[in-house]
Amino acid sequence: MSVSTSLFEAAANGLDERDRAIVLATQAGLPLVPDPWGAVGGPLGMAADEVRVRMQRMVETGVIRRIAAVPNHYRLGYVANGMSVWDVDDAHVERLGREIAAVPGVSHCYRRPRHLPEWPYNLFVMLHGHERQEVERQAEALRERLGDACRDHRILYSSRILKKTGLRLGRRPVPPR
Amino acid sequence: MSVERTPRPAQTELDDADRRIVNRLQAGLPLVASPYAAVADELALSEGELLYRLERLLEAGVLSRFGPMYHAERLGGGLTLAALAVPEADFERVSVLVNAFPEVAHNYRREHRLNMWFVLATETPERIAEVIGEIETVTGLAVFNMPKQEEFHVRLHLPV
Repeated sequence: MSVSTSLFEAAANGLDERDRAIVLATQAGLPLVPDPWGAVGGPLGMAADEVRVRMQRMVETGVIRRIAAVPNHYRLGYVANGMSVWDVDDAHVERLGREIAAVPGVSHCYRRPRHLPEWPYNLFVMLHGHERQEVERQAEALRERLGDACRDHRILYSSRILKKTGLRLGRRPVPPR
Repeated sequence: MSVERTPRPAQTELDDADRRIVNRLQAGLPLVASPYAAVADELALSEGELLYRLERLLEAGVLSRFGPMYHAERLGGGLTLAALAVPEADFERVSVLVNAFPEVAHNYRREHRLNMWFVLATETPERIAEVIGEIETVTGLAVFNMPKQEEFHVRLHLPV
């Protein structure tokens, strides 16, 4: 694995070595203390304000989507979690993808490659409900929106979480300056 | 890596303050000097109570994590969704093999012939193909690689 390549590309987003040290220090989570920025910065030799400002910039450039709580669907009662997959006419998938993304209940919506003949689906939409019926209703609403451009669809329910650790980039320690 | 059973519908008991915390913090922490104090204020809690409850929600597994959600590609890394059609009799063995890769960030069993779906997050984009090759070697199964070609929306909010 080439760390230098990665750093080179990260530089395209204006990330330097100190930003990267913050990324590594926070990818497992943000400390639950009154001054989380200071707690992150301490071992890295950075002041709280430097950490906060750098993270703010990463939010602005989209490197950080947001600093937030990631819920466990099941524990919140969302026991029906379906990955709905749709075979949508390539000529319309972009417009329809944008429309679908605005539907309440839809969290993630992506266009992905087909693998014919086993896998004809090119639009993936995650649906979450308290029971399957709720997910089926959401899917029915999507089906109507997609209209004739949609040839087929399925809902793949998750029946077990096998692993959920989130992103873990380079475990290489970064020495403080 | 042990394979964890999906918790039964046994929904963890949340009181009203917990719900407000879960709802509020899915939207994001403000980048101010004392962010927890700011959120606690909004929710009419003390900072100490917010921190205590947040820790408890994480320990109970109501929240799977709390912190910055990094965008792998913008960090210069690689990200993809991939699937395997695992023979039922082999499912446990293969899930242990797949989960052992640190690049496997999430892995779900799904009801389909393609019954194992995992997200790969790698240090570099090139590493994706290498890891897929390694997974094919250790499992003896073909990996269906489905990198996103376009992202229309990413915002998960589960009201409780």
